[in-house]
Amino acid sequence: MTSPAAEAAIAIGATPPPLPPDPGLLLLRQEVEDFLLHEADLLDERRFREWLALLAEDIVYFMPIRTDRAFGEQAGEFTAQGRGISWFDEDKWTLTKRVEQILTGVHYAEEPLSRVCRVITGVRLLAVSPDRRQVTARSRFLVRQGRLDYERADFVGSRTDILRREPEGWRLARREIILTDTVLLAKNLSIFF
Amino acid sequence: MPDGSPLPTCRPETGFIPREIFSSRAVFDREQETLFARAWLFVGHESLIPRPGDYFLSRMGIEPVILCRDEAGEVRVLLNSCRHRGMRVCRAERGNTRHFTCPYHAWSYDLSGRLVGVPMRRQLYEGVLDEASHGLVPAGRVARYKGTVWATWDAEAPDFAAYLGDVRPHLDAVLDHRDGREGGSEVIGIHRWIIPANWKFAAENFLGDTYHNPSHASVDLIGIGPSARSGRTGRRDEQPAQHLWVSFPSGHGVHSLIAPPDNPYTPAFRDDPEAEAHFARCHEERVRRLGEAARLSAFTGTIFPNASYHGRQPRGICVWHPNGPEETEAWRFFLVDADAPAHVKDVLRRYYMRYSGPAGMTEQDDAENWLYATAACRGPISRRQPFNYQQSLGAWRRGDPVPGDVSLQITEQNARNFYRAWQAHLDGAPWPALIGQDT
Repeated sequence: MTSPAAEAAIAIGATPPPLPPDPGLLLLRQEVEDFLLHEADLLDERRFREWLALLAEDIVYFMPIRTDRAFGEQAGEFTAQGRGISWFDEDKWTLTKRVEQILTGVHYAEEPLSRVCRVITGVRLLAVSPDRRQVTARSRFLVRQGRLDYERADFVGSRTDILRREPEGWRLARREIILTDTVLLAKNLSIFF
Repeated sequence: MPDGSPLPTCRPETGFIPREIFSSRAVFDREQETLFARAWLFVGHESLIPRPGDYFLSRMGIEPVILCRDEAGEVRVLLNSCRHRGMRVCRAERGNTRHFTCPYHAWSYDLSGRLVGVPMRRQLYEGVLDEASHGLVPAGRVARYKGTVWATWDAEAPDFAAYLGDVRPHLDAVLDHRDGREGGSEVIGIHRWIIPANWKFAAENFLGDTYHNPSHASVDLIGIGPSARSGRTGRRDEQPAQHLWVSFPSGHGVHSLIAPPDNPYTPAFRDDPEAEAHFARCHEERVRRLGEAARLSAFTGTIFPNASYHGRQPRGICVWHPNGPEETEAWRFFLVDADAPAHVKDVLRRYYMRYSGPAGMTEQDDAENWLYATAACRGPISRRQPFNYQQSLGAWRRGDPVPGDVSLQITEQNARNFYRAWQAHLDGAPWPALIGQDT
């Protein structure tokens, strides 16, 4: 829990105000947006191994579970990364396992493979390290999953990502995915967000 | 099924079960009236409500209930429905309060369910409203068992212990401390998700459908257990043991293990020496404490009708709440020993998350199967062919080597027994018959 990305994580519900205007950030944001859209293309095109290569070795991939709380007690609304049970609180090993599972061809929840379209929008930078090699970006997503003939699931939410510039290019070091569901209204979370 | 036609009858001893029971609205409605309104149901765990005033929203069948601890520390199970217009009086899922106040007309109730506040009572209700008889509807009976809380709507139901019968040592192996002390578990998280399938497929899966293992080929090929990084495939390390499939008069069914007489520890956490040492130590303690009885361990099971468990790893209780004939709301309560080291709990929670539930690599494939099996129960042509339940028909014996009807081979006997008990509930059988005490 002491990776640089974990230390830089912005607490849920504590989104900072917009960064001050800076022409240099325009280009940075363009790079980040291109990265996120490319990543969505790789996943939509089921190029899972190539997607894995974009993940930092110490990635934290986190999707909390939400519960409704009374006014004044909302502190407990989200499960915490690093404690208890969330939908996802994963490292690169488990994400790799998930890809390996799909690639066995007998993971029946993804065989035949889901048809997925990821709409990624509203990309903005929340924080940038002084050397501009680590960026925290917020985006919104609309993910439609189709399976077989009648199955359809829509996931709407936001992601807060930490990207790190490594020698090979940008790598995803932390992803936090927030859904609106309390009871998950989809039968499976067998796709990547 | 057309309106007015009789409900299908389930005669599982024939080795066949009609498909309608998995998709018919009439069958579902009857289940609510005669099964879920009478049977003992899993409601929650005391670790969710440690202090007076703590509450946790739960369900019993399709009915919403509040599980709470009143000012005196007593555990209560109350129907979450105002006695005036039925609005839910509590809508936050967990928290702490002194009163439940209805958002609609503001009738309010204390933690024991007593009606304690009616706006303008003197002007509008004086001499008419009997507050004493207008509390939140309590469960007929509530039982606390080794940290878990169970309830039935039927005040005439037998004691929970009698309802459990001889499944008890198997449930104990789920709920007791890994070192053999009684109880001591805590809930470290809860999954809740929707499965578009009939609840009985899930209940049946856990009560001993070991035959469905091929559906998990993908995880078995890649290895996802706590020894996977050390090169072990499969979902967990399998210990050398005699496998038992046991069914009981109340409808429960379990898949349990009897270890060899010397009962050695089987390494199961090869990727983490600290966790391995912890569980090896627990195993030795358990053997010392329980002796011969320590040879029994619980693998999976279903406490009739809809509370299933994984007894070893990933340890937890899963409740299959019926939403409709073709929709189930699954709730899984993940369990660890409350006093286990933080590091061990961390190893366990990570394994639980990658194994279980809608994001779990194993159980995703279960949901896929249950969905399409349920959908296969709609068509009139499909329905002409009942499901086949002939597996290991007759291959069981009573009371050997443990109480109950025991099979030593993979079997659908537990399922046949489940549907026998299910049919008795749908027929409204008296309690002695429902728990096997009528002879």
